[in-house]
Amino acid sequence: MLPAGPGHAHRQRLPRTGAIDQVGVEARAAELAKRSIKQESKRVALELAIRCCDLTTLEGQDTPGKVAALCAKAMRPDPSDPSVPSVAAVCVYPTLVPAAVERLAGSSVRVASVATAFPSGQSPLPIRLAEVVEAVAMGADEVDMVIDRGAFLAGRYGRVFDDIVAVKEACAGAHLKVILEAGELGTYDNLRRASLLAIAAGADFIKTSTGKLPSAATLPVQLVMLEAVRDVYEESGRRVGVKAAGGIRASRNAIQYLVQVHETLGRDWLTPSLYRIGASSLLNDILMQLRKERTGVYQSHDYFGDD
Amino acid sequence: MTELSPRDPTPLLPIDWAYAAAPESREIVTIAERYGLFIGGEWVEPRAGASFTTCSPRDEEPLAEIAQAGAADVAAAVDAARAAFPGWSGLAGSERAKYLFRIARLLQERAREFAVLESLNGGKPIKESRDVDLPLAAAHFFYHAGWADKLEYAFPNRSPRPLGVVGQIIPWNFPLLMLAWKLAPALAAGNTAVLKPAETTPLTALAFCELLLQAELPAGVVNIITGDGATGAALVEAAVDKIAFTGSTEVGKEIQRRLAGSGTRLTLELGGKAANIVFDDAALDQAVEGIVNGIYFNQGHVCCAGSRLLVQESIAEAAVEKLKQRMASLRVGDPLDKNTDVGAINSRAQLTKIEQLVAAGSAEGADIYQPPCRLPEKGYWFAPTVFTNVAQSHRIAREEIFGPVLAVLTFRTPQEAVEKANNTPYGLSAGVWTEKGSRILWMAERLRAGVVWANTFNRFDPASPFGGYKESGFGREGGRHGLEPYLAFESA
Repeated sequence: MLPAGPGHAHRQRLPRTGAIDQVGVEARAAELAKRSIKQESKRVALELAIRCCDLTTLEGQDTPGKVAALCAKAMRPDPSDPSVPSVAAVCVYPTLVPAAVERLAGSSVRVASVATAFPSGQSPLPIRLAEVVEAVAMGADEVDMVIDRGAFLAGRYGRVFDDIVAVKEACAGAHLKVILEAGELGTYDNLRRASLLAIAAGADFIKTSTGKLPSAATLPVQLVMLEAVRDVYEESGRRVGVKAAGGIRASRNAIQYLVQVHETLGRDWLTPSLYRIGASSLLNDILMQLRKERTGVYQSHDYFGDD
Repeated sequence: MTELSPRDPTPLLPIDWAYAAAPESREIVTIAERYGLFIGGEWVEPRAGASFTTCSPRDEEPLAEIAQAGAADVAAAVDAARAAFPGWSGLAGSERAKYLFRIARLLQERAREFAVLESLNGGKPIKESRDVDLPLAAAHFFYHAGWADKLEYAFPNRSPRPLGVVGQIIPWNFPLLMLAWKLAPALAAGNTAVLKPAETTPLTALAFCELLLQAELPAGVVNIITGDGATGAALVEAAVDKIAFTGSTEVGKEIQRRLAGSGTRLTLELGGKAANIVFDDAALDQAVEGIVNGIYFNQGHVCCAGSRLLVQESIAEAAVEKLKQRMASLRVGDPLDKNTDVGAINSRAQLTKIEQLVAAGSAEGADIYQPPCRLPEKGYWFAPTVFTNVAQSHRIAREEIFGPVLAVLTFRTPQEAVEKANNTPYGLSAGVWTEKGSRILWMAERLRAGVVWANTFNRFDPASPFGGYKESGFGREGGRHGLEPYLAFESA
């Protein structure tokens, strides 16, 4: 059904592409979003959200100083409470990878770099590959690539597939997250097709969005991707990760995304090895909620370091 | 993976995440110790003084003493409705509409209270009472309020006029929603009503009487009498102009027998054994959601439940596997917990009936699957159940179970799907799951069912007529079609 990459390792059987019913998937996502997560289960969810967080800064004005501050926050999100875990990774542009590597040395926090002409992906393949190679050489543990949506929407699936295979090779062992940019794919059917295609081409993770579009991660978008991942697991036993990114700013939203993972893929995916939330401003909201769970009162934003 | 620091040695292990209990508070509900009958705008004691206890199916906790209306009480209620009829039918339609709008708004304002009461007395999950029953009940009053002054336009050149006093008997599966389905069109058309809620679930109807007082509905326009089947039988025999009944086919047939030749009008909304038909090109995950919603919604206590799954053989294995996985994530338990997906079975009698039919299914050779789930010790509970390898002749494929029990059958071609779907004495609803629009239309033309859902299931709207073929009854509720049985017309 899908073209196989030349000499590529991932040649499992894949589920049929199938279709997604828009009304149905949106209704299911809305239903799951109504779960009421209280007390201890809320604390567990908030800590998990931190452990699964890819703390991100992807701005033109990023500097080593900004990244250093972000790394400090990543390793110890709440210095007043040592029980608060570190985040999973810090996500930056390639030129800032060395700064992050230096600051995060010796910690459990990994360095993720966007690459492949993020966010559009509209550069010649050799340039995109060179960017990946550079980022990994500078010490990135994880690469967040974008697919060429232009090629995908033009129906050139084989080219998108081959691109991902090539990037996977360029990663040389670094973890590959493939950004599908759901907001540009237009339909859930396309999103499912892109998810299966990326997985077949060797993605370790599939990721919803760049965060550079107004329509980023949504609950139905994640659900479609989780279902694709579930089908691949059922068919081949291979576990692929999912990363929701863009627009997740409140603890409440983060919990809704986790509920979906929990009830669609189950306990096994409740780990940063297989689930990530990419966010920049979410962390402080979670810290505020955690402190509220601990002390019973809300504290203002001024009590949490704004890095 | 990079090496992990000793400070945080286990960040990559999956965690166990159990949801804490999230019960909706009962505080908002006040239940009286005992209730009388609501006749002529007042609470009156039943003449014989008889009563029975209504309890909560979730733990058998007694909730209130309910009056048992006898024939004399029924006659008094009908008299009160008869006395109120000239005033109510004489009001301008726009005035009647004001009352209906007011009732609808009050239902919205008091939605949480009614939702808690519904779940407490009936056992359905609070998320369903909150998100389905209450919004739809209010919507039915809003919708019919809009018709009250437009009857001439609904039925042009037919001079519609109300029938008089209507007797209405409703079931226990959607107590308040069925009340709304019955009362809203009756009142909009200018009739007055005597309504009997089900024996096991009278509390929301009784709370609704308080709401009618709050709305200052003229006395006697709506009378609510409680009791068992004998009370219902007395209402059927009373001097009413129409009976509207929703319930079992067995009782429906009995009512039809008694009313034959009497001139009393009748509409019946009875049982069902709906086919939910899944083709191989369907959006499978959403179809599975639709199957789950079709049969486990309200514990399967739904007359239009998709209790027979007809799945194309080429995808049957995958579909059933997905279904079983999905069933394992259903949360069965306290109806008042906001995270509960499947609540309590409505009554001991219904639980016994489900158990008997499930035993018959196993005895006849079908394969049973129930996901692992811990059921509460007290109360009436039944785990979500699916039978595979079911034959058309099995009892579980023919009889209405009215519980969370699904029978899976397969088909090979669209023709065979239609034949199997129609091979039942019932004909209330059906579902078709396919990405092919032309096939949806082809199927809908051939399915003998009052409602055919395409790529969805159990969707209701006050503007959409609902009702059955064959042993599922006759007459429609909702939409313009649903107004018609509450009106008389000039003969040509």
